[in-house]
Amino acid sequence: MALELPKEKWVGKIGQIVIGALESEGGTRTSKVALGGATSLPFLGFEGEYPNEPPIGMEIFDVVREDYPEVARKPFEDVIDDPGKWAKKCVEEYGADMICIRMIGTNPEEENRSVEDAEQTIKELKEAVGVPLLIYGSGDEEKDAKVLEMASNVMAGERCLLGLAEEAAYKSISVASMSNDHGIVAFSNLDINLAKQMNILLTDFGVKLENIVMDPLQAGLGYGLEYSYSVIERIRLAALMGDKILQVPIMCGTARVWNAREAFKEDADTGDFTSRAVFWEATTALSAVLAGADALLMRHPDAVKHVKESVKNLYGGGEQ
Amino acid sequence: MALTALDIYKKLPQTNCGKCGFPTCLAFAMQLANKKASIDACPDVSDEAKDLLESSAAPPIKLVKVGSGDREIEMGDEVVMHRHEKTFYHPVAYALMVDDDSPDIESKVQATEEMKFERVGQEMQLDMIAVRSKSDDPAKFSSAVSAVKGKTSVPLVLVSQNPAVMEEGLKACASHRPLIHAATKDNYEKMAELAKANNCPLAVLEDSGLEELAELSKKVKEAGVEDIVLDLGKKPLGKLFQELTLVRRLAIKKLFRPLGYPVIMFAGGEGASEGLEVAIGTLKYASIVVMKEADRAIMYPLLTLRQNIYTDPQKPIQVKPGIYELNGPAEDSPVMITTNFSLTYFTVAGDIETSKVPSYLLVADSEGLSVMTAFAADKFTADSATELIESCGIADKVNHKKIIIPGQVARMSGKLNENSGWEVVVGPRDSSGLPKYLREYAGA
Repeated sequence: MALELPKEKWVGKIGQIVIGALESEGGTRTSKVALGGATSLPFLGFEGEYPNEPPIGMEIFDVVREDYPEVARKPFEDVIDDPGKWAKKCVEEYGADMICIRMIGTNPEEENRSVEDAEQTIKELKEAVGVPLLIYGSGDEEKDAKVLEMASNVMAGERCLLGLAEEAAYKSISVASMSNDHGIVAFSNLDINLAKQMNILLTDFGVKLENIVMDPLQAGLGYGLEYSYSVIERIRLAALMGDKILQVPIMCGTARVWNAREAFKEDADTGDFTSRAVFWEATTALSAVLAGADALLMRHPDAVKHVKESVKNLYGGGEQ
Repeated sequence: MALTALDIYKKLPQTNCGKCGFPTCLAFAMQLANKKASIDACPDVSDEAKDLLESSAAPPIKLVKVGSGDREIEMGDEVVMHRHEKTFYHPVAYALMVDDDSPDIESKVQATEEMKFERVGQEMQLDMIAVRSKSDDPAKFSSAVSAVKGKTSVPLVLVSQNPAVMEEGLKACASHRPLIHAATKDNYEKMAELAKANNCPLAVLEDSGLEELAELSKKVKEAGVEDIVLDLGKKPLGKLFQELTLVRRLAIKKLFRPLGYPVIMFAGGEGASEGLEVAIGTLKYASIVVMKEADRAIMYPLLTLRQNIYTDPQKPIQVKPGIYELNGPAEDSPVMITTNFSLTYFTVAGDIETSKVPSYLLVADSEGLSVMTAFAADKFTADSATELIESCGIADKVNHKKIIIPGQVARMSGKLNENSGWEVVVGPRDSSGLPKYLREYAGA
């Protein structure tokens, strides 16, 4: 008797979002990325569709904090004070599929860079690279409203993602994203219900579901990774089982890894700190993808390289 | 498939005699299906029905033990596809591979023995050594196994498809119940004999497909081997990943017995690439992962991953209540308080470390709840905070009586001040505000 392989027949389909607009589409990007679109769990395309190998974006800042870990800083030492050059290096040398800039320098409690300065930065970034862009504010609601409105206008026609929309602050960023047909990243803090609530808030406000990407918070390895892993799995399973409001691509970042000193501190007992930090970030990212993330945002070039290789092997090795 | 009450009912005498304690056979069948009664309660049941019920009650993935003594490893007996559905019970075992023709076997094993880490109060280390016969020489294999055994008491995996080589290797360590790797379609009869004669678990290896693997495991079981481990063989990572998922599904959802065993996987690649394959096996359904290298910088994060994934989602991990010293505090350092949910502690401690401000962090026993939840559930109150301040001895460590509380529980400040006599300072609402807050606080 032939062995019948148990295939899951999911009824739900994750929406697909394309970021970046080429010249022919009214933008100036030289590449685009598609994320989502799955009707199966990650890398199980034999029982549905898993049409897009998860793209990996790299994260940069308009201004780097003094305490930014040395390990993450080092590969970019020569360009770290110039976001345009930093982005260019990520794309040309390390193969970043997207660039995400976090405009932390605009925060009034940090450097309080003016909207005009921020505009300069974003224009330079736009010129420097041709990949799709994500522009994140600093987390200061009032300032972000202005910075993201500006970013939306400067990037008009480029089909960016703007972030991060949060429960307590989503209206002005929604307006910014809708006014020039950008996508929006909805942040929720390790909670499937909150993730859902965010999508409801945004759609009630007028954002189209197909323009939303969810960031359900990827905790770092050793710092709650298991919570993220299960929250993401639950979100994805609920979506595949038919919960329409959760049928939205998921994007996870490894930013939290770079807050956990255990990952990168000097400590001979736990091995070479650069290798450890790189592997810490890579493991965090890979676990997000296996749980259901459709795209990643990462920091260290070597971690990006390793995860790209693993994702390629996972994606290419099986029937998708 | 699990038996339904109706399936069971059909096998019962259907006399409704009531001797089992239930009024009807159907009522009894329903209790059996829910595992709330035992078939032994029925005096008239046929042996055939009994066998059927007993075999359907066996766990979907057989529990297999490898090794002996206090380093013995249990694997299998998992019941879910996703950890949030219940939990993953038996952490994947990490095995380091050594070759019998390698000149530095002993030093490699010694280094592995010495590689021990402690994290959140748990000891973490490698669990097994796999000894592979590359020489295909029985004497050489036997002496390699002896050399390894001289250095460690961890369970072994003996890797050779040559029964003559395996036999010699087993002589050196059979009483420690190593895993024999592996029976193939060409050698399974002899390997099964060896496994039975030495009472050892046996891995079955078949890379051509799951159906062929199931055929082989059936033959090995028919030959009398009960403790079986599956090896899906070497194949492209994506294919292996899909098959690992299918094996788990067939076992758990279809109760397909021939594949209802733990799985061993040999990680491919080198360095970080190999490490990521180990991570994949950890997350998705391997019970043993064998690797060629064990660099501390890779092992420590991997062991941390395993620790994370194999925690019970129903039981939050807690840290020990008490005083935690961060960044080398002195008597004038700030004192903060939080709760003992591990994630809360790690987040707060991480943010304090980022601030580089020497600090004391008091961790209150909230039964593993986060600050807001504990506050709402009366597990973190002005009273419990006062008790902690008084019992932990912080007053002897600092020359002030000022305590910073989480911004989210600002409401407890009045009562805490009244109860404890400490001046209460309301800190940031979110831990992420701590670095800046503390730098300003310390600078003021």
